[in-house]
Amino acid sequence: MAKKQKPKLAVWKFASCDGCQLSLLDCEDQLLPLTERIDIANFPEASRAVVKGPYDLSLVEGSISTPHDAERIHQVRRASKFLVTIGACATAGGIQALRNFIDVKDFISIVYATPAYIDTLKKSTPIAEHIRVDFELRGCPINKEQLVEVVSAFLQGRKPNVRPHSVCMECKRRGAVCVMVAHGTPCLGPVTHAGCGALCPAYHRGCYGCFGPMETPNTREMSAAWERLGVKQKDLVQIYRSFNAYAEPFYSESRIHESKIHQG
Amino acid sequence: MNFPLNRAMMAPRGSVTETALKVGTLRMLEGASLDRLFGALSKRGYRLLGPAVREGAIVFDEINSAADLPAGWTDEQEGGTYRLKKRSDDALFGYAVGPHSWKKFLHPPAERLWQADRKGKTFEVTEEKPDTQKTAFIGVRSCDLHAIAIQDKVFLNGYYVDPLYKARREHAFIVAVNCGQAGGTCFCVSMGAGPKAAAGFDLALTEVCEPERHYFVVEAGTDLGAEILAELPGREVEGREKAAAEDTVASAAQQMGRYMDTTNIKELLYQNYAHPRWDTVAARCLTCANCTMVCPTCFCTTVEDVTDLQGEHAERWQKWDSCFTKDFSYIHGGSIRATSKARYRQWMTHKLATWFDQFGTSGCVGCGRCITWCPVAIDITEEVRAIRQAPQSPKSSPVGDKYGNS
Repeated sequence: MAKKQKPKLAVWKFASCDGCQLSLLDCEDQLLPLTERIDIANFPEASRAVVKGPYDLSLVEGSISTPHDAERIHQVRRASKFLVTIGACATAGGIQALRNFIDVKDFISIVYATPAYIDTLKKSTPIAEHIRVDFELRGCPINKEQLVEVVSAFLQGRKPNVRPHSVCMECKRRGAVCVMVAHGTPCLGPVTHAGCGALCPAYHRGCYGCFGPMETPNTREMSAAWERLGVKQKDLVQIYRSFNAYAEPFYSESRIHESKIHQG
Repeated sequence: MNFPLNRAMMAPRGSVTETALKVGTLRMLEGASLDRLFGALSKRGYRLLGPAVREGAIVFDEINSAADLPAGWTDEQEGGTYRLKKRSDDALFGYAVGPHSWKKFLHPPAERLWQADRKGKTFEVTEEKPDTQKTAFIGVRSCDLHAIAIQDKVFLNGYYVDPLYKARREHAFIVAVNCGQAGGTCFCVSMGAGPKAAAGFDLALTEVCEPERHYFVVEAGTDLGAEILAELPGREVEGREKAAAEDTVASAAQQMGRYMDTTNIKELLYQNYAHPRWDTVAARCLTCANCTMVCPTCFCTTVEDVTDLQGEHAERWQKWDSCFTKDFSYIHGGSIRATSKARYRQWMTHKLATWFDQFGTSGCVGCGRCITWCPVAIDITEEVRAIRQAPQSPKSSPVGDKYGNS
């Protein structure tokens, strides 16, 4: 077989904490086999060496929160054959999308000594609002096994085994006891996208939705069940308003409970 | 119910002596002697699996002795809630079924079917070897015996037999327990599936807790069960003991927390595809799939093919799937059951109606798990009742399309 050129991988950072791209470095045992199959052409967290584009696979971390980034993401798209967004910032706008619920100027004047230096957008938005995205990998942070699966699937030209159903299915498959039914602990598992392996419920904690909404989330009934467990409106606003606050079903649901508070 | 399994494959027979017991024999075993049963099974190479308290519930796990059983525990169950409670006695089996069912062992949540390795220009496939570990299931309730029999029909009948399921099934020894009390969501009586174990066990225990005495009335269900029973330090059952055991089971039958009228249930559901109740339940359903995960008869799976990064090794895994996911009914271009209404109706109609056409039996055994473990307490008995109370006339209920979407 003629020696083919290895596919080129690039990792891009937008508004984010770097946790998701570090998942790639966290792959440890898988990292060396990966470099045998793929050229890590642009990954500033790992190496200063930069190979010029175009790139076969781009992993994009972070949300769009500045005018500069809103331009730059188009350059990344143009330089990328296949583009995968990784993590809640890139897929839903991240925790920084809390600005989307109020006027960002109020934040700037509180946080920065000289607000005039800050050039930011009113909203923090997911990458898919700006460009075409080939695949979205959820999580805050992403699950490294799922990342390896997405890269393997890309290399073999197949669909990744990343399912959009509820966390409950992972919870039941691992034999964990339902914290909501058996302990009365509020849990977002039924409306949350799988991928973490039901990490929190397996440690007797309720799911707090880091992977964002599942494929068909019934947040209205989820909230009603939480209310029956004694959860207050203000806490319902908070639970939907975290890393995936700007993901549509969670966004709308937190708005509903916010308006209920205002109605008294 | 028949079990088309060759029990001659089980443990080698001991020498048959005049103490040999017949199938159907009842013996009395003192509570303190239960460990002798576990010892007899362990000696024959059986791994013991049974009820144990974990994470605030009674689940099925590996056990070593009677000391691992949930002595003095019971459960309180209602739609969407389950709580462990202390009993006033030290009964070892004084509770209803919990979140696990035996399918987690016989039809595991994830299992590899085969693996493939690249060999030069071709590749080599290695099929998964059937598991020949002998396992003893301790404390199988009548509803779950029926569920196992239903899964046997699915996996062992017909042209395509699941070899991995078959091996596990053939190497399983079943110690049934007749229920002495029913849970708040139980309705096995409605489904003709309990509470007394009628078939499909090697041994069946009825636990009797009296102020001064704790004992079991043990029934042999198979030759192997009879052989093991003969080795235990029991004696013939006295009339009083037999009556106490029968009373225990009869009182469980009286305590059913739920009831389902199954009269013509297949026709009822077939004639009500377009009933407005499906919209009502769909509005509540989370499509989280918990009901199908805990159901002891739900058998649906998906397969996932995985490859390593080098592209040298591939594996095919079978995993529990659910008709509540969109992927489950995905064919080219989209999901056939796009709405939660279509999915809930598919699940319930399959359980209670189309299952008869497909397998000649109901798909529901009345264990109540889907009611207890639904986070929003959707109740299959209540859904049937609602449709039965206001059925549509057969003429007025055309299906939306051939798949039941409307």
